[in-house]
Amino acid sequence: MKPFDYSRLDSPDALSPLGAGKFLAGGTNLIDLMKHEIETPDALVDVTRAGMKEISQQPDGSIRIGSQITNTDLAANSDVRQNYPVLSEALLWGATQQLRNKATTGGNFLQRTRCQYFYDTARACNKRDPGSGCDAMKGLNRFHAILGASSSCIAVHPSDMAVAMAALDAEVLTRKVDGVERRIPASELHRLPGDAPERDHVLENGELIMAVDLPASPPRLQSYRKIRDRSSYAFAVVSAAVALDLDDGRMSNVRIALGGVAHKPWRASRAETALEGQMPSREMFLKAMKEEMSEAQGHGHNDFKIDLLPRVVAGVLRDLTAPERNGDRT
Amino acid sequence: MHAMHPLRITVNGQEHRADIDPRRSLLDFARDSLNLTGPKKGCDHGQCGACTMIVNGRRINSCLSLAVSHEGDEVTTIEGLAEGSDLSALQRAFVEHDAFQCGFCTPGQICSATALLDELKEGLPSVVSSPDKLAEMDEEIRERMSGNLCRCGAYNNIVAAISSVAGDKS
Repeated sequence: MKPFDYSRLDSPDALSPLGAGKFLAGGTNLIDLMKHEIETPDALVDVTRAGMKEISQQPDGSIRIGSQITNTDLAANSDVRQNYPVLSEALLWGATQQLRNKATTGGNFLQRTRCQYFYDTARACNKRDPGSGCDAMKGLNRFHAILGASSSCIAVHPSDMAVAMAALDAEVLTRKVDGVERRIPASELHRLPGDAPERDHVLENGELIMAVDLPASPPRLQSYRKIRDRSSYAFAVVSAAVALDLDDGRMSNVRIALGGVAHKPWRASRAETALEGQMPSREMFLKAMKEEMSEAQGHGHNDFKIDLLPRVVAGVLRDLTAPERNGDRT
Repeated sequence: MHAMHPLRITVNGQEHRADIDPRRSLLDFARDSLNLTGPKKGCDHGQCGACTMIVNGRRINSCLSLAVSHEGDEVTTIEGLAEGSDLSALQRAFVEHDAFQCGFCTPGQICSATALLDELKEGLPSVVSSPDKLAEMDEEIRERMSGNLCRCGAYNNIVAAISSVAGDKS
């Protein structure tokens, strides 16, 4: 590991350009990347003792989650389990208990891709080494993107949590080094690779995630489904976070976010629009997803995702809208 | 120049002070500086769980944590579980159920399982739990122990050992 300076942030108010460095929270991904010398920061600023550890209800009914809340504590929170179950489920589908105990809400968003060519410093990777090429494109790309990729990068964002956050219309609250705060929709925090895949997200250098807001009155029916290669501790091949209401039997407030398929959690807005106001049926689910997948592109090993994904989403929608389940959840 | 950093940390009830290289993992600090060689360096990347320690009541992968970030923390390693020569209930259960072969992963398995029992008491959910109740205990244990690999494949006996102490809480 390359040497670095270590300092601790006592409070977000103490952020300053002079103290700039890479933020260290749970470190479960960052320290791993530093061991591989894929991340080589000159300085680490430990933010785990800077507060931001509350989950609180806001006056407008929204829930504010401090960025240093661990994945374990967020998944176990009673408000989250009751009103935002898709978020609790997504967190519990991820990683292991040891990792969830360390990983934080802010850090989970900012974890980096697990593309094996990004991790292998002997291979070409535009994300790790801009301009070097992409060995995934013609390599073993079973886990790679089918939506929104570019000729420079087909990596996917690995988070489960961020997919649920996107489906819940969560907003990320940040503070820049100059003290200016801003709110970023969770589904717009990450970017598509384009010709700059080295940039995972839209945050500026030194911009700190302070908290995440979950809007009040989320859709009542929610579920997260993850397809993975072993029954625990594996990243998603594909995943889907779905939230909706049923209004006289018709689907409303439909939100679908997809994981394991793009450089960011993918809001399936075409499918959402196609389903809004419709009666639930398998034909309708598949038709909506077909629309969503109209520009999907496989790269060989991952072609199967184009067929798999609509079926996964249709399965979640079927289970959520089945009358027996709906009756159970009053 | 990158400075050494002061650290005050309590491990198995004993306070330690040291000046350390910020790069040092909690695992390396315990093994090399404190001579606590129970926690093992298996993969050193958070994938195998052989390095599992309990920090402030929560199990973590000590290989993925910088020692310097544990200022003031209370750490328990496998060496801290027995009371003198009296093994903990889980340690006895691992012996009774023959829950290991080579033993390399065992310190991590037992630390992990020790924290698991507390998590069950606390009511922490797992992905196999229903909203209001646990799954069958063996299924909960298998899911909740997925961060600890055993290359000898002693999994059946590991589950039996933990289950014998956890009882039937489902």
